[in-house]
Amino acid sequence: MESSRQQELLHLLRQDCGSCHGLRLLGGLGPPLTASALQGKPKEYLQQIILHGVPEQAMPPWKGFLNQEEVGWLVDRLLEGVAE
Amino acid sequence: MSVTGKKWRMITWMATLLAMVLLSGCTTLRGTGDLGLVVERASGSVQVLENSHNTLLGSVTGLGDLSHATAVFSRDGRYAFVFGRDGGLSKVDLLTMQVVNRVIQAGNSIGGAISQDGRLLAVANYTPGGVRIFDTETLQMKLDLPALAADGKLSKVVGLEDAPGQSFVFSLFDAGEIWLLDVRDINQPKVQKWTQAGLQPYDGLVTPDGRYYLAGLFGEDGMTVLDLWHPEKGLRRILQGYGRGEAKLPVYKMPHLEGWAVAGNLVFLPAVGHHAVLVADLQNWQEVAHIPVHSQPVFAMVRPDNRQVWVNFAFPDNDTLQVIDIPTLKVIKAFRPGKGIMHMEFTAKGEEVWISLRDEDRVEVYRTDTFERVAALPASAPSGIFFASRAHRMGL
Repeated sequence: MESSRQQELLHLLRQDCGSCHGLRLLGGLGPPLTASALQGKPKEYLQQIILHGVPEQAMPPWKGFLNQEEVGWLVDRLLEGVAE
Repeated sequence: MSVTGKKWRMITWMATLLAMVLLSGCTTLRGTGDLGLVVERASGSVQVLENSHNTLLGSVTGLGDLSHATAVFSRDGRYAFVFGRDGGLSKVDLLTMQVVNRVIQAGNSIGGAISQDGRLLAVANYTPGGVRIFDTETLQMKLDLPALAADGKLSKVVGLEDAPGQSFVFSLFDAGEIWLLDVRDINQPKVQKWTQAGLQPYDGLVTPDGRYYLAGLFGEDGMTVLDLWHPEKGLRRILQGYGRGEAKLPVYKMPHLEGWAVAGNLVFLPAVGHHAVLVADLQNWQEVAHIPVHSQPVFAMVRPDNRQVWVNFAFPDNDTLQVIDIPTLKVIKAFRPGKGIMHMEFTAKGEEVWISLRDEDRVEVYRTDTFERVAALPASAPSGIFFASRAHRMGL
């Protein structure tokens, strides 16, 4: 993936995921997305949630905006602790 | 008189003059009626602005995590109280542009309100779920009210607003309750609670006259109203089924409700998960119109003269604004100022509007009659814009 796209994804994560999960991903209306909060959650499960959402809660599906590879990359960043 | 005496008098006079010049330089008197602030969410700072000449006066830093930050104003208009996401509550002097007091009052919070008499601040917290109340002079905590719902669990608090009778009113997101908190005697607070307020209330507003509290619902198609003049009548569900059976779209940003929603008897509300602004009649709460708009609205804000409603939209359509003409209830203007439109704030009499463009790193000012851009000012990832003229309005 090009680094400019990676920057866009990080921007999306902080700003747009951040509207519910907080700019620093410490949680808000949505749960925290820090590495410790996500510890033990399988990568595939997190990818599915991002792609398909959780309709009964407020989590929307992102599959129209992100492809499989991009979601995988984001999940890797989350699991290694992209949050401050 | 001797020459020395004359000389001495001259020196004294000049020294006095110099002192006056210096003093006036340091303490030029000014009001705060045209001041305000722009939240720079990513850098934990705010810029102080003035809207008579549309300039930014300076920056105030060290305010913590300002995602979703909001501000209220002391009733003398001098201080802004900024509520940060990280539970930070900061008192900012708009004149000296200094943080004069700051506390971390909770782990995660969403906003707050200032009491009718201006002496108390209430903060809505997610962690720990509840409301905390502080003295505006000292920021000392006066009350800690956990949002312990009927189900025995702590709930996130949303939609906290000030209301007449030295009250605060708010909703419990997880539990679907509305609480009315009377703090006329802060040592003996009185709480009235309503359960069954609807599924997942996500925000609330108080009408400008302070009479009605409206909670927006995420979990169902409708809203809930509490008549604060007649709380004994309980809650009323309104606009039920406003989606008209159409599937709700995924919501990429929760709409916001604010006290700018009312024009005469009409109240303008963002539909959740639909491309529509809803209009209800305050006298009977019936739906008057269902105005199709560009995308899912975030804010629907009535211009102070009640003639227009300005609407911004959720991701991915947050580059567009639309203006609804109230007499005809039709969209009369659409334009695309740029990426990441987060917030709009009208000047007190509404001739201009400030707009924050988060992804363009600037704020812009537009005339509301010609839609002409009159200023563009640099700001780092700006989100909320709040004018000190809010100090004298209920429910903001």
